[in-house]
Amino acid sequence: MATVSSPTTIEARQLALWLGRVADLRDRAAFVELFGHFAPRLKGYLVRLGCEIGTAEELVQDVMLTVWRRAESYDAAQAGVSTWIYTIARNRRIDRLRSERHPTIDPDDPLLVRDEAENALQGIETAEREHSLRSAIGRLPKEQAELLQMAFFEDRPHSGIAAATRLPLGTVKSRIRLALARLRRELGPDGSV
Amino acid sequence: MPNFHLNDEDLADYAAGRFAEPFAVLIASHLTLCPACRRAVAEFEALGGLAVETAPVMELTEGSLASIMARLDEIEPVEQDRTPSPADGEFRNFPAPLRRFVGPTTKWKKVMRGLEEAEIGTMRDGVKATLMRIAPGCAMPRHTHDGREMLIVLDGGYSDEIGTYDVGDVAVADPEVVHRPVADPVEGCLCFAVTDARVKLTGPIGRVLNLFIRY
Repeated sequence: MATVSSPTTIEARQLALWLGRVADLRDRAAFVELFGHFAPRLKGYLVRLGCEIGTAEELVQDVMLTVWRRAESYDAAQAGVSTWIYTIARNRRIDRLRSERHPTIDPDDPLLVRDEAENALQGIETAEREHSLRSAIGRLPKEQAELLQMAFFEDRPHSGIAAATRLPLGTVKSRIRLALARLRRELGPDGSV
Repeated sequence: MPNFHLNDEDLADYAAGRFAEPFAVLIASHLTLCPACRRAVAEFEALGGLAVETAPVMELTEGSLASIMARLDEIEPVEQDRTPSPADGEFRNFPAPLRRFVGPTTKWKKVMRGLEEAEIGTMRDGVKATLMRIAPGCAMPRHTHDGREMLIVLDGGYSDEIGTYDVGDVAVADPEVVHRPVADPVEGCLCFAVTDARVKLTGPIGRVLNLFIRY
């Protein structure tokens, strides 16, 4: 079930360790390490999404400040550190660009229906799951991987992707659908990658 | 657990933060009740994590780290979040993402026999967010949609040509779907609907009604 540890998994563990130190000890040195790793990547990510440099820098500050303040809400069983920080960046960006809030699922909501399959996933570390994701994307057919890249990593609307790739809109949509379904199949609880 | 879900594409768009807030709130309400869709969103969010991790590294302007270190001790502004109160009565069983938008100020309005509506939240870019209360056994006029309608059942249920929808089930309709929902004969139906265009009634009576109600 578990994959062999790779340098990326080790790196992911290191990030979780630093975040844990920020949460438990308010450790500024650990925060500086997290900033060193994430701030330049977040800036690159936001600029790639079309943010102006100045806005990107402000958003990075905003995101990293939230990381400092909310560190104790990070749950290693739910997501890798990069994924958690991605969700913060997404939410701050929505807030900034559209003055809207991305809704959050309240883990204490009495109506929340718990996940029975959670136990099946518990044996696998999130760091390893995310490593699996990386290799699963690597195994997608090239044109599917490219479409996912544009749809998610560059935040282009499907119509924009259709224009860029000169594919009909319907083809873009069906390929994205295929790519997503395939990724999910590979990552399912039994998807020992 | 719900039987009618959102498709992968919609869940991925949600994970990417691409839905207008009312749609996102509806989806988050479904996610509260549906662990399977929640897991899918977590996987798509991991794609976002990967995007950050593999983004081109761009150094920040000088002094950026120093300026954030100076802000670590700032007092965090308090979030203006509504906490549900007992006064919420009929809304107390709403999933948390939706509960923020309802309360004693929510006004029900009779639209036609057997149907009451309450508009909630903000309307932007032509997006309309409405609570609908349909009386037990009541049939809605046959209708279709100009744009997209997404709906979640919050209490009771309804049936249409496609199936029977219970609490937590989501129905996504587009201009190709023409349906005639009938509320559960005993419990009626309380649901939350978001549309990005107005609904068009298609039956013979519906066509006349269309002239009078913007529904």
